[in-house]
Amino acid sequence: MNLVQAINNALEQEMERDKSVILLGEDIGKNGGVFRVTEGLWQKFGAERVIDTPLAEVGIISTALGLAVAGMKPIPEVQFDGFSIAMFDQLYNHISRMRKRSQGRYHVPLVLRVPHGGGIKAYEHHSESLETYFCHMPGLKVVAPSRPYNAKGLLISAIRDPDPVIFLEPKRVYRAIKEEVPEEEYEIPIGKAEIVQEGSDITLIAWGAMQKTVRQAADDLADKYSIEIIDLLTLSPLDRKTIVDSVKKTGRCVVAHEAPKTCGFGAELAATIQEEALLSMKAPVARVTGYDIPMPMAKLENYQIPDAERVAEAVEKAMKF
Amino acid sequence: MLQFLDAEGKITNKKGLPKLSDKDLLRIYELMVLARGFDDMAVKLQREGRILTYASLLGQEAAQVASAYAIAEEDWFVTGYRDHGVWIARGLAMENLYMYWAGDERGMRFPENSSPEKLKGLPPAIPIASHIPHAVGLAWAEKMKGTKNAAVAYFGDGATSKGDFHEAMNFAGVFKIPCVFLCQNNQWAISVPRSRQTASATIAQKAQAYGFEGVLVDGNDVFAVYKATQDALQKARAGKGPTLIEAYTYRLENHTTADDWKRYRSEKEVEEWRKKDPVARLKKYMEKETIWSEKREKELQEKEKTQVLDAVKKFESVPPPAPEDIFKYLYAE
Repeated sequence: MNLVQAINNALEQEMERDKSVILLGEDIGKNGGVFRVTEGLWQKFGAERVIDTPLAEVGIISTALGLAVAGMKPIPEVQFDGFSIAMFDQLYNHISRMRKRSQGRYHVPLVLRVPHGGGIKAYEHHSESLETYFCHMPGLKVVAPSRPYNAKGLLISAIRDPDPVIFLEPKRVYRAIKEEVPEEEYEIPIGKAEIVQEGSDITLIAWGAMQKTVRQAADDLADKYSIEIIDLLTLSPLDRKTIVDSVKKTGRCVVAHEAPKTCGFGAELAATIQEEALLSMKAPVARVTGYDIPMPMAKLENYQIPDAERVAEAVEKAMKF
Repeated sequence: MLQFLDAEGKITNKKGLPKLSDKDLLRIYELMVLARGFDDMAVKLQREGRILTYASLLGQEAAQVASAYAIAEEDWFVTGYRDHGVWIARGLAMENLYMYWAGDERGMRFPENSSPEKLKGLPPAIPIASHIPHAVGLAWAEKMKGTKNAAVAYFGDGATSKGDFHEAMNFAGVFKIPCVFLCQNNQWAISVPRSRQTASATIAQKAQAYGFEGVLVDGNDVFAVYKATQDALQKARAGKGPTLIEAYTYRLENHTTADDWKRYRSEKEVEEWRKKDPVARLKKYMEKETIWSEKREKELQEKEKTQVLDAVKKFESVPPPAPEDIFKYLYAE
């Protein structure tokens, strides 16, 4: 399966298992979504459970809050990352803190699916990397799968989670990676990073679509260095232990993300590492990120999104520090 | 504008007059007096530094209490920050409200004092309008589950200027959601008059554009407010979709205790509205109907005072929250 199929498969199985699971979004019904992630689900479950909404991001996310509080399991979809900004008021002021504001009386078990990041030659506002914004809202969980296998398992966990989850779908991976994905349902725990490759010289950390990039860089340098790769999978709550243990072992770390550098999620990782593993460090934590600019349009987007070459340069620099 | 009871407490219109028993009327009156007493005390507590900045409901007792009185136990309600009368009418203990408005999160931990099944309200929303679509979602869920429950969203005239109002109304219309939108048009959003919020002749008429009914009612007339809310809820339960109610009323007090209305509106205007006082109006009516007397009024005032003082005592005797409470309720335990 590719990543689109894996997510579709998870949605279908969860909708079969739990009648309270409903989907809502723009063009997700008959049309199957702009990325075809919900393909066939409207036909199978009907318009009452796969709901084409008016074209209104705030309406989608805010009614999803009410639906969730009243016992449904809504899975709203926002069509593209850039349009989720309009939802921030609801996420920040209401969804993330309903449990707290109501002193535990109500909770908001929804999963917001966000096609995320650049690299598909889309229009403006269609290629944004917003994970930092979501992670800065205590009360949300932020999940970022990188491959079909972990996408399915993480989505199932997210749907079964009693708290609101932002599910960042790496849209340039949607059809770029195919792998074996079990037919049966399985959960991958939220809040746990995965060491996808063990090594002893340096730790590479990435999530979502950038995972593919750092693996490429690691392959390119495989003859020279023993490289450990961490796939964060969940950004919030962050699995600090896996990160710190790895860096204590390797003493070097390169973090890669598409979002701009300043206040990007890499800053949080670098800070965590210096707080908890300073005396193990042989080089500063390197951040390979987008520049501090708005996401460029399609013709220049690949200068903004770090490639394997930039990651490899950072590795070399850290190794020679 | 739908009106049954004029400012003099006279029935002006018998057609459609809702059937409220003497017992119901007396209870509504009692709740309005209680809401006013709660409110008066809250302003005083704020002046003495015993609670935080407080938004008074003075003048909106009928709009809040008579509508909340029509809500069934299984219905949801979602309010803003001035709707203390709704909460009191729905049965939240007043000490909880004082706690909340004194900055104690535990004020919203209400099952201890109030029966949880009977209090299906979300915590009061402080931002303007963003809670309106929550009511749509709550009611939508009830529709999906096949119940007859509805939801009521409380908001003000200022809220109708925001996009959230539009998206909520639009969703409700498209999906025929069993939701009642109750706009208390109290004429002022802090210092900005209703005329600056919309060029529409009425707020009620906005419903037409969303494909459902809008009703303009005298918000200081308990009969009109009750009737409109009851009708709208019945319609919702019958699967006939949402209703917008514009309860035409007035904020007699400042926006909050941090505001001074003399900066932006005239004494004369406020004075004119004082003559339309919803509480006095119902009292006059009940006296005319000889179901009320000075003696009973005195007894009620005493009872109200005791209840309010008791609530203050209870709220002030709660030990301060523990510092570690700030970490509670972030995620499921």
